[in-house]
Amino acid sequence: MTIQIVALAGFMLLISWLISNTIQNLETLGKGVELWFLFEPSSYDINQKLIEYSSRSTHLRAAFVGLINTLIVAVLGCITATVLGIAIGILRLSNNWIVAKIMTCWVEIFRNVPVLLWIVFTMAVLIESLPRPATFRGENPESSLLFWDSVAITNRGTYLPEPFFSNGLGDISIFGIFEVSLDLVAFLIVLFAGIFVSNILKKRADKTQQTTGHRPLVWPYRIAVVVIPPIILLYILGFYLGKPELKGFNFQGGIYLRNSLIALWIALSCYTSAFIAEIVRAGILAVSKGQTEAAYSLGLRPGLTMNLIILPQALRVIIPPLISQFLNLTKNSSLAISVGYMDITGTLGGITLNQTGRELESILLLMLVFLGISLGISAVMNWYNSTVKIKER
Amino acid sequence: MKIRFLIAAIAAVFVTGSAYSATLDDVMARGNLECGVSTGLVGFASPDAEGEWEGFDVDYCRALAAAIFGDSNAVEFTPVSTKNRFTALAAGEFDILARNTTWTFSRDTDLKQTFLGINFYDGQGFMVRADLGVSSASELDGASVCIQTGTTTELNLADFFRVNGMSYEPVPIEDNAEAKEQFFAQACDAYTTDRSGLASTRAAAENPDDYVVLPEVVSKEPLGPLVRHGDDQWADIGRWVLNALIIAEEKGLTSANVREMASAPTNDPEINRLLGTEGTYADMVGLPNDWAVNLIEQVGNYGEIFERNIGVNTPIGLTRGVNDLWTNGGLIYAPPYR
Repeated sequence: MTIQIVALAGFMLLISWLISNTIQNLETLGKGVELWFLFEPSSYDINQKLIEYSSRSTHLRAAFVGLINTLIVAVLGCITATVLGIAIGILRLSNNWIVAKIMTCWVEIFRNVPVLLWIVFTMAVLIESLPRPATFRGENPESSLLFWDSVAITNRGTYLPEPFFSNGLGDISIFGIFEVSLDLVAFLIVLFAGIFVSNILKKRADKTQQTTGHRPLVWPYRIAVVVIPPIILLYILGFYLGKPELKGFNFQGGIYLRNSLIALWIALSCYTSAFIAEIVRAGILAVSKGQTEAAYSLGLRPGLTMNLIILPQALRVIIPPLISQFLNLTKNSSLAISVGYMDITGTLGGITLNQTGRELESILLLMLVFLGISLGISAVMNWYNSTVKIKER
Repeated sequence: MKIRFLIAAIAAVFVTGSAYSATLDDVMARGNLECGVSTGLVGFASPDAEGEWEGFDVDYCRALAAAIFGDSNAVEFTPVSTKNRFTALAAGEFDILARNTTWTFSRDTDLKQTFLGINFYDGQGFMVRADLGVSSASELDGASVCIQTGTTTELNLADFFRVNGMSYEPVPIEDNAEAKEQFFAQACDAYTTDRSGLASTRAAAENPDDYVVLPEVVSKEPLGPLVRHGDDQWADIGRWVLNALIIAEEKGLTSANVREMASAPTNDPEINRLLGTEGTYADMVGLPNDWAVNLIEQVGNYGEIFERNIGVNTPIGLTRGVNDLWTNGGLIYAPPYR
């Protein structure tokens, strides 16, 4: 006990010495720790921005733009990595030899090569293999738009049609920081209300089935309440699609997914999916074989056995390590600068750091931001874990 | 990249003690000069087929090594990216940074660097494919522009397009190599950096005639070597090595004739002072008496360095232009050596 206290005191002393030494040395260099630089004009442009930003905005706002870009790629990456990972993990246990071996290859190829190489490689493939915007030009262009002239895939990025509303509700400003489209909010409210009503219908049907043994026909109504109200809403708002058009040097209009985002997204998803697949496989194998046999003897088919018996039990083993993978993916997204994706490492930890020369402040802020994001993900996932784990009474 | 900054930041905490001691003594004790250069910009700093560094900036470092040790090979080169060059210099990873770096107010004052002079007057320009038919930068509205992050060019680019009321799509990239890949694959319409860098990139293209450098020069980019604040003697040595190269050209001293000129006092007292045959000027800055002879003999004068690395007879093919001596109507000028 005494030794522990002495060790702790020594450790604290070391830390405080490091901190005071840092501050003192920076003072000697004439570079005290301060954050005023965050409120000066950034003077640089960022290509992908979801909130309003120009080179006259502050460094703080540039950091926000970067943070949003980080979150975009982290959320997209976590979703696709999970979907891919679960599919591959299950298929790796398939009785079909070819399918199982292909999935083994996938896992081994992706997890044994550094993710940075995957990101750079994906970007190089996108740049070198996809058609240049110039090839869409002329009387008989070499390349053409896909899906009724609405999707353009180029080596600068992919342009998708953009939703517009001829009599839309406008935007609402939140804290004066960013603007949210009321049309989108209305659409989401109607959609979720539809899903909610649909769930009520399902519960009532389940109840009827349990009491009477006869299941009423509800699926057409369930689909109808989810699909029809949003369509009516879109019609009222005057919904139409804006298609990308080749104007000047580039395509204009439409939603522009830059290749840097696509490359980062694909590479991070595939890389992380390999780890998630192994976690899923381990989770499934952790469920005793007797469970499968019992399910089969009750007459359940393999698909139902997986969905109703194996996966719910496997989830308890899968969730905790899955949290680590989500955290890894989010942190790996800081490699974005290697393909020129302007995430928070590229704005606050890159250009801002460089142009202001405030290394310590920028890096500390950056660490703080990543700590915040990671704790947020952990909190959400731990809450989810507590809902699926075995309830001990 | 993040890790590098962290290491540099931590290193900055520990090495500040040595940063204030005499750099010349450290260099002498180590036995060689450590010089930060570009990661690979043909003509300015790049390794040749044998892995030997060569180029305009590299030769400046060699001249400095020749002045200190009498041996232009007593120098070790550390390639640094545009992003971490100042952090690395401040952390003491090398003694001097010669990496086509623009001299600006905030770098001089806020970043605590001392610029030693200007060895190349540059300006930011744009390069596009010839078949685009663009003849002026004012026609670039809506273009995708490749840009190295962490450089002054990034800020000039934003200002140029904003002031002219044009829009553009910045395609940020980390270094010149990646810029080439993206630009040559037409992932961006234009590539912007210092015009010397554009000439260097164009020279490295498979078919240089497919590309044109637009006539506009959108900024002043005075490039020069720099050291960290805190050691004035070291800054003086670096500054006067650069000046010696310029004076040598002005006075007609070349690698071929300098040894002979130094064998006996000449009619020109400034040559005598520089070459150590008159007075004790070398002692004033702590260099050996024949320092200027060594560096001119081994590396050549400013003009020789220019012509050998980036002149009209090299693939880079730059004319002297504003980088000619003041006596020929250029801006290259050194204070008197007396």
